Amino acid sequence: MNETHRYLDLPDGVHPAPLTPAYGSTVKRAPTLAPVRLRQTLSELTGPALGGEYVGAADCDLTRQHAGEPLGERMIVEGRVLDENGRPVPEALVEMWQCNAAGRYAHAADQHDAPLDPNFTGNGRAVTDAEGRYRFVTIKPGAYPWRNHANAWRPAHLHFSLFGASLLTRLVTQMYFPGDPLLPLDPIYNSVPDEKARQRLIAAFSLDSTVAEWALGYRFDIVLRGRNATPMEN
Amino acid sequence: MRRGLTPSQTVGPFFHGGLMWLDVPDLAGTATGERIDVSGTIVDGDGAVVPDAMLELWQANAQGRYAHPADRQNTPLEPGFKGFGRIATDKAGVFRFRSIKPGSVPGIDGKVQSPHINVTLFMRGQLTHLQTRIYFADDASLAGDPALALVDPKRRDTLLARRVGDEPARYEWNIVMQGRNETVFFQF
Repeated sequence: MNETHRYLDLPDGVHPAPLTPAYGSTVKRAPTLAPVRLRQTLSELTGPALGGEYVGAADCDLTRQHAGEPLGERMIVEGRVLDENGRPVPEALVEMWQCNAAGRYAHAADQHDAPLDPNFTGNGRAVTDAEGRYRFVTIKPGAYPWRNHANAWRPAHLHFSLFGASLLTRLVTQMYFPGDPLLPLDPIYNSVPDEKARQRLIAAFSLDSTVAEWALGYRFDIVLRGRNATPMEN
Repeated sequence: MRRGLTPSQTVGPFFHGGLMWLDVPDLAGTATGERIDVSGTIVDGDGAVVPDAMLELWQANAQGRYAHPADRQNTPLEPGFKGFGRIATDKAGVFRFRSIKPGSVPGIDGKVQSPHINVTLFMRGQLTHLQTRIYFADDASLAGDPALALVDPKRRDTLLARRVGDEPARYEWNIVMQGRNETVFFQF
């Protein structure tokens, strides 16, 4: 198996449909016409495949980016980046961003009436090791209101961005927390049609990842598109 | 056994701190080739500009070679040329990047693909990112491109950047999410 193997077809029900009316912003922004299906060429079998060249050792600890410690429940989020065949994705850039413990992003467009934390910016980066493992130290983000519908609240979440090995492995997603009562009410979480796929967005509490007397641990494995076992015809 | 893919979710409106730390509006660097400057506006189904979108660009060099191990063509690759760009739209929904014009790249079954830049598009209100391509309206090889051949001729224009100036070659290419002139997106 080498780099000219095509990627597996996307399964139904995993990625959300462009038009998801319950998430109001999709209504005027989702394409109305079906995408044109193309066979995979060198243009897609290659890709930026960003790795560790941009990442400093401190970038994965969001509690150490300012003079003091941020407020909130300290936590560890770790996991593996794998492909659909279970192979680790090594040396891969993982970008992560989140709001603070009060539910406010350090972003000019966030006007939620909740305090900013001078010790928390909420942007992290990590690179996976040879086994595809990554690890962030951060604080648990808060829930926050948004104007999608009456009394709408986003469940607590982390944003993740991954490149993988080619254009076809690109993924931006969100990680949620187990037992969050806002999940059944959230149109973004529920935009994933397949229930099992949806549940893969929820991290697992992990006592193994928890550091005694210091921080709770969560596990969140991320699975990117994998290659077919048979080579592409050339 | 096939593992279940992690589903896509929107970048939301607050991605700038998390993603735009890597702001790459110049793909050319010191690479050889014809300098180009590409800009455009993104509009939604009401014609309103989209001020919270991010584009990622991926292209071959002037010889048609991608800076990636899967490209084994025996053509030169300048050190330092990555072919990757990342830009966000501004308050007016406008994006702009500079690069070199890519060469033709291999297609399937010995066919040749006309020079193009691969675009991955993210925005609030988009749950799964979209994939499209920028071709060059003034390129003589457009007619032979196997991907354009699969696009409804009435919609091909949405994939073509129009030359609007010289030195460097300036191109305009807009993204229209819905309605007349709705941009063609691809699925692979």
